[in-house]
Amino acid sequence: MKAHQRKLDIKNGCVDLSHGSGGRAMAQLISGLFHSAFGNEWLARGNDQSAFDVAAGRMVMTTDGYVVSPLFFPGGNIGSLAVHGTVNDIAMAGARPLYLSASFIIEEGFRFSDLKMIAESMGEAARAAGVHIITGDTKVVERGKADGLFISTAGVGVVPDGLDLSAEKARVGDRVLISGTLGDHGVAIMSKRQNLAFETEIVSDSASLHDLVAKMVTAGGEGIRLMRDPTRGGLAAALNEIAQQSGLGFRVQEEAIPVKPGVAAACELLGLDPLYVANEGKLVAIVAPEAAAAVLATMRAHPLGCDAADIGEAVADDHHFVQMATSFGGGRIVDWLSGEQLPRIC
Amino acid sequence: MKYADEFRDKEIALGLANAIQSEADPQRPYRFMEFCGGHTHAISRYGLEDMLPKNVRMIHGPGCPVCVLPAGRIDMAIRLAERPEIIFCVYGDLMRVPGSQGASLLKAKAKGADIRMVYSTIDALRIAEENPQRQIVFFAIGFETTTPPTAVMIRLAEKKQLANFSVFCNHVLTPPAMQNILESPDIRNIGRVEIDGFVGPAHVSTIIGTAPYEFFAEEFGKPVVISGFEPLDMMQAILMLVRQGNENRHEVENQYSRAVKRDGNLRAKEEVSDIFELRDQFEWRGLGQVPYSGLKLKRAFAKYDAEARFDMKELRVADNPACECGAILRGVKKPVDCKLFGTVCTPETPIGSCMVSSEGACAAHWTYGRFRDHQQRRAS
Ligand code: SF4
Repeated sequence: MKAHQRKLDIKNGCVDLSHGSGGRAMAQLISGLFHSAFGNEWLARGNDQSAFDVAAGRMVMTTDGYVVSPLFFPGGNIGSLAVHGTVNDIAMAGARPLYLSASFIIEEGFRFSDLKMIAESMGEAARAAGVHIITGDTKVVERGKADGLFISTAGVGVVPDGLDLSAEKARVGDRVLISGTLGDHGVAIMSKRQNLAFETEIVSDSASLHDLVAKMVTAGGEGIRLMRDPTRGGLAAALNEIAQQSGLGFRVQEEAIPVKPGVAAACELLGLDPLYVANEGKLVAIVAPEAAAAVLATMRAHPLGCDAADIGEAVADDHHFVQMATSFGGGRIVDWLSGEQLPRIC
Repeated sequence: MKYADEFRDKEIALGLANAIQSEADPQRPYRFMEFCGGHTHAISRYGLEDMLPKNVRMIHGPGCPVCVLPAGRIDMAIRLAERPEIIFCVYGDLMRVPGSQGASLLKAKAKGADIRMVYSTIDALRIAEENPQRQIVFFAIGFETTTPPTAVMIRLAEKKQLANFSVFCNHVLTPPAMQNILESPDIRNIGRVEIDGFVGPAHVSTIIGTAPYEFFAEEFGKPVVISGFEPLDMMQAILMLVRQGNENRHEVENQYSRAVKRDGNLRAKEEVSDIFELRDQFEWRGLGQVPYSGLKLKRAFAKYDAEARFDMKELRVADNPACECGAILRGVKKPVDCKLFGTVCTPETPIGSCMVSSEGACAAHWTYGRFRDHQQRRAS
């Protein structure tokens, strides 16, 4: 006979320490909330791990932690962000993302209704990206030991034969392409964190880029040297990283870099530079000059790349500087950020 | 990138650059100091140096209130913040400023001090209302621009009868510092200061007006042009300074007339003088003790003065002897002339005031301009 189980009171209930204890309450949380949100044949088997078929080609694997505050922001929440971020890390290798794992560290007192919303948007994001969340873990910590909820993920994908994207492939003269406007995610988060009421609501760009990447690879093939998603540290960090790894420098044109007016205005107000602000649905591609036009056209034809732009080129530079011709006519470096970008006072 | 377009128009900028080029006499140097970090930032951020002829050189002055705050005041703040009954409210950019021995508010926070980053004085008041059982101290800092909001906050605290609120006052005044740059006794050690004019601060002048600078123009024979922070403002101000130099004039001119009046904002000035009074001395990082350059709360408001309320001891910390900030702030040396530049002293590990905030001369050169050093080396 099946033991009597009370259903999770999703509307009014909250997570308590028993939901992480490994007992019945935890099983109930997992099956009642996560499984229904992620629903797939692997999870349904209820094992501690999932076996899956390995496709031909090279596998890629990645792992990431999500500690964003606030958990809900315009354009998404920590759940959809965790899926998009992990999918994008895989996609940047030119790979097709296949499977994800998700581990939750939940603070005691976290509302079921919020957890459900987060899990459901993860499930939705995963389905949209064609990936399956096939294994996971749940831990509950005492109040005050986690900022509501942390999620960590791992993901695997497969790179088609013959494709090998890597920074050392970049050459002098390569073009720098970006897939759209900069800073949307970081400003969306900050606007909520600081309760700054901007006239136009700025929405996070959080999105899975695997489809855009697949089309770019078809259009550019070997001409695409590498791709990177400019998340924390923004475009500035991404380009500096690539410069170091490739042994080159970059020269970009400020005028060519797309930034939404609302994002630019918010940055101005907070004393931030959009080049350093995080993105969650954008990519930078370093592309051979002869392939650049075709790749750019392909990007622009895709809904996630409609604002794509060619913003500059790789140059020979022993110091690996990222230099920028300012829209005003002068020059400057776009350096690594030192510490966190903090708003100025005067 | 498109924003504040009308102040960043490339064509107008080129027109101004051409005018400066053709009007500046190639036979003479033009050395202009921008006093304010906002200007230093704009010069570096938009690469304005590239648009000026070689003999027109910008000297980066004391910069911003954060850079000039001495390590001793940061140490005092940290001591205060570490007291368990206190919630210490600060603006974000102060968090990383080094006190003595690499201490900072950011590190104190990591060790458990209850330090909260705030975005306005109102946030600090709200925290005070929400936490009646704790003591809330606001780290007040800034030039003349940010003093009126602090004054208003004290008025509000009074009105709300908040018994748990006080201010650690570090407000400083720009004209005494400008005077110090031109005539302090240090000049004997550092060398003669070659400054042919000042770009005067915009936001400060919206409060105090242009009148306080007339003294410099007359007494020191230095032209002053009050300028906005947009790059076009700067270019226009530089052109105005070149013209004054060519015509042997030394007047206060107002490029920023869209916001600055000769007498400034009378109400704000009154509010400030009701609540604050001059300190005899205040230490500036890089400049040392500058007479009558800082503000403190008047005795009548002592209960809102954290220094009085918590019996804070004045702490002094000597600047690193190798640091050339004093000479750089006065325009005698450039950042690359300092042995510590880019080696020991970087934005991650700032030693002197010029590296502390992104608006300091050394930080601005490191972050935005150091490619020029390599270009020059290659060219020579
Ligand atoms: S490099 Fe550092 S130590 Fe040298 S003058 Fe600049 S701030 Fe001072």
